[in-house]
Amino acid sequence: MAELNVTETQLRKQRGPFAEVMHRLSKSPLAMFGLGFIFLLVFCAVFANWLAPYPFAKQNLLHMFELPSAKYWLGTDEFGRDILSRLIFGARVSLQVGFIAVGISLIVGGLLGAFAGFYGGTLDNMIMRVMDVLLAIPQTLLAIAIAAALGPGLYNLMIAVGISAVPNYARIVRGSVLSIRGMEYVEAARAVGSSDLRIILRHIIPNSMAPIIVQSTLGVASAILNAAGLSFIGLGIQPPNPEWGAMLSGGRQYIRDFPHLTLYPGLAIMLTILALNFLGDGLRDALDPKLKR
Amino acid sequence: MSENKNLLLEIKDLTIHYVTESGRVHAVEGLNLELAPGETLGFVGETGAGKTTTALGIMRLLPMPPAKIISGDILFEGESLLSKNESQMRAIRGGKIAMIFQDPMTSLDPVVPVIEQIAEMVELHQKGTKADALKRAGDMLELVGIPRERGVAYPHQFSGGMKQRVVIAIALACDPTLLIADEPTTALDVTIQAQVLELMHELKEKFKTAMIMITHDLGIVAEMCDKVAIMYAGRVVEYGTTAMIYNHRLHPYTEGLFNSLPDLESEQEELKVIHGLMPDPTNLPSGCCFHPRCPYATEDCSKSAPAMAEVAPGHFVACPVRVAELKNN
Repeated sequence: MAELNVTETQLRKQRGPFAEVMHRLSKSPLAMFGLGFIFLLVFCAVFANWLAPYPFAKQNLLHMFELPSAKYWLGTDEFGRDILSRLIFGARVSLQVGFIAVGISLIVGGLLGAFAGFYGGTLDNMIMRVMDVLLAIPQTLLAIAIAAALGPGLYNLMIAVGISAVPNYARIVRGSVLSIRGMEYVEAARAVGSSDLRIILRHIIPNSMAPIIVQSTLGVASAILNAAGLSFIGLGIQPPNPEWGAMLSGGRQYIRDFPHLTLYPGLAIMLTILALNFLGDGLRDALDPKLKR
Repeated sequence: MSENKNLLLEIKDLTIHYVTESGRVHAVEGLNLELAPGETLGFVGETGAGKTTTALGIMRLLPMPPAKIISGDILFEGESLLSKNESQMRAIRGGKIAMIFQDPMTSLDPVVPVIEQIAEMVELHQKGTKADALKRAGDMLELVGIPRERGVAYPHQFSGGMKQRVVIAIALACDPTLLIADEPTTALDVTIQAQVLELMHELKEKFKTAMIMITHDLGIVAEMCDKVAIMYAGRVVEYGTTAMIYNHRLHPYTEGLFNSLPDLESEQEELKVIHGLMPDPTNLPSGCCFHPRCPYATEDCSKSAPAMAEVAPGHFVACPVRVAELKNN
């Protein structure tokens, strides 16, 4: 029994799939930078009330268009609002939109794709042709159309961005389910007497996770970008709520004289996207079980 | 064939077709087989002769459609496998009949540690906790010559031979009474083949497991099997004990197979091959399927399908020409 316990602990401690992936991820400096930046953003978003030096909507018309100073670290905008505070509060919106929109597309697209892949035939054909039609429309245009139909607002923004990305997830999930369904180890699992459900839960889903996790991480980046784009054209977050895209939009008239109005939100968007992409790339490598180091 | 009460597996007149758009593939035609407990049967034939189809048919793992069992029955421990429902079959698969697949590289799940894959088999078929299953899995690993500490590794960290050992450990984890090995050594190199075969032989003796060994390697058959069935185009053409087949082979196809083995002693410039190709399984020749390639073929061969004849106790041949020759001598 003692021997057995060793095996069991080893199994959990040493080779837990999560720990294993984290271990490999930690060897990629870029991915770690990405992860660190995302954690920083999450921290800012959660503790925005305490971190931000000023309330996001507090106007100070005596200090409009101020350049970065000790009082206003990143300067003030056209209404004298502190840009740093607005960026910190904006992180809240951007992260929410990014993750929830991806959540929506992952659940809807993932389920559709999994059904299509596992059952095949007519169902597969029906689902995937609808997805093809959606894919034929440029994603941003589709998001604009949905956002315009639903009206502006945070939740509608999430739905619009989420729905417009559904076909991508459906295709990826279907593809990986399809390729894994035909693997010999699935047949081997049948040969040892596993049921369909057990095969799906224990063999097909874990094996199809890697591309889905990678796509989701990269997807958060494009969802944030998409949401910023929608806010920029006025279909997303409404003033005075801070959103990076909306801040860009507000500052664009003054870009010649006061570029810091657009510089900082732009940088925030860029760095976030970059961090998510680094993380996604790192995860892609870390999740490949065949990769030996 | 002789009536025997304690048969483990009895296949009666099994016919399996694949019904596809481009035609009907006669994968297995009127196959009869018997296997006693603890016996090893070699299944020899070219690619496409229906060996794997038969094996999958026994496991009820054929993809249906396109596969269709036209007629016949498979009796396992006296009960018909074809009339079992899916959950009964699940209990039999792995629990009573286990299968070793051809390619160990792809028949293990890449994201599950090997010991857990063995334990999965145990959990499915035996009562007890996860800890019991892991202990049993560890024992099985040691049995196939892998230290149990290595069980936490993933399949990609194992070599091909080790993976096949793991596959064997999985197959034997629940003490099956019948083991179907579908070309278990084809994907391995020769030295590892020998090791794996030796291991299988040892374990088979130890557990008194009956085995169906699918292969095209006549050397493996000689080493491992008690009985041999030679298959050609979905039919068994010759069937008997290994000694009978090796020493008194009769069917022209069997003869062709043996002739195509290179001889160690004599110097040969060329391999003696069987002329022609395997027939298209959607469009089999009339009469005896082998007649277009057969050096003994007579006119009658293309007219009627040959019946199995018992030339010696337990030795069956489906070739009237050769049987008649034997009688005349």
